[in-house]
Amino acid sequence: MSTVTKSIFTPELAAYFDRLVTVYPLKRSALIPMLLYSQDEVGYVSEAVIQEIAKRLDLFDLDVRSVLSYYSMLRTKPAGKYNVQVCTNISCMLRGGYEILDHCKRRLGIEHKQTTADGMFSLEEVECIGDCCSAPAMQVNYEFHDELTPQKVDEILDEYAAEDRK
Amino acid sequence: MADVTITVDGKKITAPAGTLLIEVCKTAGIEIPAFCYYPGLSLQAACRMCVVRQEKVPKLQTACTTQIAEGQVFFTDTPEVVQARKATLQLLLGNHPLDCPVCDAGGECELQDMTFKYGAADSFYAEPKNHREEQKWSPVVYFDRPRCILCYRCVRVCGEGMDVFALAVENRGSSSIIVPNVPAQLAPDNLAQLDCEQCGMCIDICPVGALTSGTYRYKTRPWEMNHVATVCTHCGDGCKTTLGVRSTSDGSQIVRGDNRDKSGINGDFLCNKGRYAFDFANNSERITQPLVRQPNGELKPVSWEEALTYVGTKFAELLNTHGGRSFGVIGGNRLTNEEAYLLQKFARSVLHTNNIDHHRTADYAAFAQSLAGTAGRGASLRDTLIAKAVLLVGGDPTNQNPATAWNLRSNVRHNGARLYIANITEIKLRRQARAFLHVAEYGYGALAEYLAGDDSTSSSVTPDSAALASFRDALRSEESLLILIGNELRGAELKRLIDFGLTIPGAKFALLADYANSRGAADMGLLPDLLPGYTHIGPIDTADPASRIALEYHSPTSPGLDLLEIFDAATVGNLSALYVAGANPVARYDVDPATLKNTFIVVQDMFLTETAVLADVVLPAANLYEKSGCVSNSYGDLQQVKKAADRAGVRSDFEMIVRIADKMGADVRKLVPFGPGSNSEGISADMGQTRGAESGEADRHAVWLTANNLEPRLSPFDPSAMLDEIQRLVPGYKLLRLQLLSGNDQHLSPAAVPIRDDAGLVQISNRRDLVLPANDTLFTSGSLTRYSASLNDLQQNQLRQPIIQIDNKTVVD
Ligand code: SF4
Ligand code: SF4
Ligand code: SF4
Ligand code: FES
Ligand code: FES
Repeated sequence: MSTVTKSIFTPELAAYFDRLVTVYPLKRSALIPMLLYSQDEVGYVSEAVIQEIAKRLDLFDLDVRSVLSYYSMLRTKPAGKYNVQVCTNISCMLRGGYEILDHCKRRLGIEHKQTTADGMFSLEEVECIGDCCSAPAMQVNYEFHDELTPQKVDEILDEYAAEDRK
Repeated sequence: MADVTITVDGKKITAPAGTLLIEVCKTAGIEIPAFCYYPGLSLQAACRMCVVRQEKVPKLQTACTTQIAEGQVFFTDTPEVVQARKATLQLLLGNHPLDCPVCDAGGECELQDMTFKYGAADSFYAEPKNHREEQKWSPVVYFDRPRCILCYRCVRVCGEGMDVFALAVENRGSSSIIVPNVPAQLAPDNLAQLDCEQCGMCIDICPVGALTSGTYRYKTRPWEMNHVATVCTHCGDGCKTTLGVRSTSDGSQIVRGDNRDKSGINGDFLCNKGRYAFDFANNSERITQPLVRQPNGELKPVSWEEALTYVGTKFAELLNTHGGRSFGVIGGNRLTNEEAYLLQKFARSVLHTNNIDHHRTADYAAFAQSLAGTAGRGASLRDTLIAKAVLLVGGDPTNQNPATAWNLRSNVRHNGARLYIANITEIKLRRQARAFLHVAEYGYGALAEYLAGDDSTSSSVTPDSAALASFRDALRSEESLLILIGNELRGAELKRLIDFGLTIPGAKFALLADYANSRGAADMGLLPDLLPGYTHIGPIDTADPASRIALEYHSPTSPGLDLLEIFDAATVGNLSALYVAGANPVARYDVDPATLKNTFIVVQDMFLTETAVLADVVLPAANLYEKSGCVSNSYGDLQQVKKAADRAGVRSDFEMIVRIADKMGADVRKLVPFGPGSNSEGISADMGQTRGAESGEADRHAVWLTANNLEPRLSPFDPSAMLDEIQRLVPGYKLLRLQLLSGNDQHLSPAAVPIRDDAGLVQISNRRDLVLPANDTLFTSGSLTRYSASLNDLQQNQLRQPIIQIDNKTVVD
């Protein structure tokens, strides 16, 4: 039933998923990890991703959408190449998290959950990312940056932009 | 489980341990409000309306999930509990539009009732409300998001109850919403859609006005309607339905069908046809005046008197000149039992012919003959809800008998019933089956043989002999078995399967047919070779009770022509008259109109069907929602039909038959024994005097009639006069009048008199096409389909959008 012949994922990820569905007592328990891995590979959870995952887990597309829409870290639209996630939870807030967020907005010219016209950066305001001791903190893709100041943010963003030009 | 005793509000209550507190309280008459709890569905505990205080427990408990145990003490009505409920309501109303004055649910809304009771109209929340436009998810399902209180009843009834899973929740917290399964981005017009069975159960179960029905919304207010409990006209399941009717300038119109009256055999259920497809009655093509063909070939509207006089005179004349043998009479599957009985009695006693038949959608003759001489072997639709093991051979209940499918799913879910399915296609119900056997085409006969022990037929059933063997082993290990049979099985095949079933001591049977009264039509003797109650036609023997009917009718003692033979007779010029009441045989059996050009044709129908356009006289008929009487569903459950709607100009088939007989000069009193003391040749509309032991029942009936200011059958148009005779003469129809009149169902078993010689049911085995299942799908209902706007919309809707979620076998042919 759940055999997927033409996977939209890379062979490595498809093979990993083949195994993942076997490790839980209930197949559908693999749903959230699968959504996260797919998002990392494809960039977002596309319709094609929803359909393939549903098929792999014997779920309706609708079930996948229900779970997907519950979690704010899963997205259904492409993010920028560098997804900037700024924490404004309590420790960060006390140490200027909102200034950092506002600075990012101004500098990138975009709002929460938006992407720059060139597709380079997207911005998100997020809850605690577990870096409270060095607040304020932000995460770009999976890289942490902390003890931020507006100036430091500029340097970091410049660096990403430069890296892309290389 | 063992009984335990708990205390609720100081009252000691005893109930089995583990019962839900909310149910215990309901039984004890203590009301606990609930939005998300719904009996028969999984527990959600989402709304917090049912909270109660339990002694020694720190927090308020939800009564809908609390299982009772010995010695517990609860308080359901303390100020603390009331305050908690009020707070819940205030939260719910925080974003509720409170548009009750225009909301469909206004007046029958659970949220309104609770707000009224707890007085929570004033709110602490001053934020602007979050408005969303209403969405049309299908021609029949609309969603008003702001009214939704997120009780998840719709999600559960669609998934668990319907096995469709077309609704779900998206997002979380205060932005949670109910969504349909086709998201906007995938829908043809970029608006979210439902790809589902369109049953409307979600609308029915919604405690507020968030889900509304396309056919009812903004049409009326609940208190402006009359509510009439009657029986659905569509399939053979015969669901009890409550019709909401409203007066119009030319009668009264049905605006809503639902199952408010959950007392019926269908419990909670109605399918899309029962819920929406009553609109055929209002189709602009409906005929409301009798039409008579003029010398120039046109059908011209005339008065009733003129039309009936013409039919009566012409029938009498043809009877004189050509004899009863030259008449053909065809009855319908949506006539009441009284009408079907009257029609065949008219044919047999006035027209002196046995040339009478109907469009048979299942072989009830063979079914009754196979069960002749047994007792208690007929199953009721109610059995599908409780049987421990069920075998379904053939059929596709999801499409053709939706209430049966609903009941079977409920039974599997609630009682762990073991469902065994043998079918030539992968019908949707296989998802609930313990074992599904994929039978080869034409393999049902072989299957019956194999089940009965003949291993040699194995390969004709399926190539998978191991699966077949284990299927049979499983069946053999059952002590009792409910055997549901699709209408593909007829004649000898059907008999073989029943013979096998009869070897299981507790087995019960039902044969699934297509229309509201297909079973009744056969039971009432709309058959050329069988009198009512499947009584054999043959030489009269005054000592044999089986001759009683023929004796009273003075009917011919040899079988007549069946439906196909009637048209064969027309082809060779031997049919002088054809009388059709509520059937469309020309379309059904693809009859060449040219063969009927020398036949005088009278058709009683609502529309100019393929048959009616050929007629010399067309009489506008009332439909099943516009008359009274009773019908028998596929299972033989007898239920009362009550007149709900009305249309100026039309007459019931009952009245038309009587009036034609009258115009022919027949003795109407003999046909319909009416009036006090009517006594001709032993036929008497008695009040029970002649029925001995049953007279108590009938006397109660008389008392009831008097108490309700009703005259006991004083008119020849009173179907209950006919019912008296049915009760007196038709084997198997020993019904309980009070049960019927109180709107309850009762199960009647077929009571075929065992065949006296081997004449048997020859034509069924020779001419299989005599039984022609309608094979209706979810969105069709025989000839009515094209006149029902809602069924047409639903078909279009289904064609328009890709069927993504639902196995397309369930919805499309
Ligand atoms: S109409 Fe029936 S099948 Fe469709 S969503 Fe509602 S409950 Fe489900
Ligand atoms: S739409 Fe109605 S049934 Fe469904 S969750 Fe909302 S209020 Fe409940
Ligand atoms: S299941 Fe049959 S009887 Fe019941 S509502 Fe549907 S069509 Fe009518
Ligand atoms: S509060 Fe920002 S990282 Fe924990
Ligand atoms: S009815 Fe108990 S929580 Fe909703």
